[in-house]
Amino acid sequence: MNAPAYNFAYLDEQTKRMIRRAILKAIAIPGYQVPFAGREMPMPYGWGTGGVQVTAAILGPQDVLKVIDQGSDDTTNAISIRKFFAKTAGVATTTSTDEATVIQTRHRIPETALHEKQVLVYQVPIPEPLRFLEPRETETRRMHALAEYGLMHVKLYEDIARFGHIATAYAYPVKVNARYVMDPSPTPKFDNPKMDNCPALQLFGAGREKRIYAIPPYTQVVSLDFEDHPFEPYRFNAPCALCGAENSYLDEIVTDDKGGRMFVCSDTDYCEGRQAAGHHGSLSAAPYKERAQRGSHG
Amino acid sequence: MTTITELPPGFADKVLSAQSTFRSVMDAMARPGSVQRIVPMAGAPETMMRGTAAIALTLFDHDTPLWLDARMSDSSDVVKWLKFHTGAPVVQDSSIASFALISDGALLPALERFALGTSEYPDRSTTVIVQVESLDAGHGFELRGPGIDGVAALQAAIRPADLFERLRVNERLLPRGIDVVLVADDAVVAIPRTTRVVNKGSK
Repeated sequence: MNAPAYNFAYLDEQTKRMIRRAILKAIAIPGYQVPFAGREMPMPYGWGTGGVQVTAAILGPQDVLKVIDQGSDDTTNAISIRKFFAKTAGVATTTSTDEATVIQTRHRIPETALHEKQVLVYQVPIPEPLRFLEPRETETRRMHALAEYGLMHVKLYEDIARFGHIATAYAYPVKVNARYVMDPSPTPKFDNPKMDNCPALQLFGAGREKRIYAIPPYTQVVSLDFEDHPFEPYRFNAPCALCGAENSYLDEIVTDDKGGRMFVCSDTDYCEGRQAAGHHGSLSAAPYKERAQRGSHG
Repeated sequence: MTTITELPPGFADKVLSAQSTFRSVMDAMARPGSVQRIVPMAGAPETMMRGTAAIALTLFDHDTPLWLDARMSDSSDVVKWLKFHTGAPVVQDSSIASFALISDGALLPALERFALGTSEYPDRSTTVIVQVESLDAGHGFELRGPGIDGVAALQAAIRPADLFERLRVNERLLPRGIDVVLVADDAVVAIPRTTRVVNKGSK
């Protein structure tokens, strides 16, 4: 009588089969966008419906799921999706990058190096890297078929002509396995080098646009650039204010209306791990707590 | 005549068995040359290996036209089992098949007769599932390509013996091409179109 209201991991079996077949073709053709019959999910487009469908199709009871939203385990989107799968699939969840077997992400790649037993699932808003240069799907599809990517280089060149450097800071186009130009989703270009030769499988799901694509493990991923303007990852020139990390991607947080700001790791698990290991930044959290207890607000 | 009740059963737990089988196939496709094991087992009609049956139950349905080699299509048990458990239509024209099942490598037709995909939609190609004798003993092969850290070594007894030479057609076709899944009992190895195989010719 108490039959569960949903199938395991929410999606019905026919939908999972369809998505699973698309995932297999996506892995076989690295960087190519496989169309799939995306379903409506119980969340709005833009909140990770593509990533959720990919995760639902691969997830099993043995998996340990981590969900991050711009590096953070603690934002609404990440918590909602984690709870969604804890409820519909009963899987264990974690915030630890090391312990996770499936990591669904919105716009970041964890700082901790991924390993072979992991799958990274990206939420993708607009999968077509050429879309803002050519709005017609028939044309972009033809351009991919012919590997005609001159337009993308013109776009990067226009950046240089206008700003003196390649100003594209996120969703920075990459070429996968020397064939398809691919949108890495709106990750900061700081993360692009992590996609190259990564031991983990990387899957990308775009729910509104109904596309799935993949980068198999140990696959060459090259950020597009020019000989005289090589690709450079961007990072604020500061250590993390909480853990002192000098090599992590940083968020800028405005702290008052007088120009005050602090830089902290975008990857909360990485930052907390470092603080637990005894690393401190210039604004480590403890002093703030003490001040708050004294009731002093400055 | 076999009645439905006499057909070998499908998965005991459809949902979790399909998930586990899919992960094995996905890992195989993502890491070409690595031998993955299929754990959950269903009944399988004669001429069909346990692994092949599990893959069929996991990936086939009414949306996936199937092409069967002569030995399988001649077996009414196989055709009935597939129809009852998956509902997948069996087609005569291999060029429109989503999947092809090859029970005996000697019956593998020329690869060009399968769907190769189009330049715009290279995913619309046949995945060819070939049952082989062994995936842990036999000839040595070296594999390179996406999913492989350097070189992967595969020991396999495969028919047709020139399968990997035939698959070199993928080099010319890329990004179109044929993806192959090799099955030996419960072992699975995938050779996607991007994998390049060097026959070492050694035992």
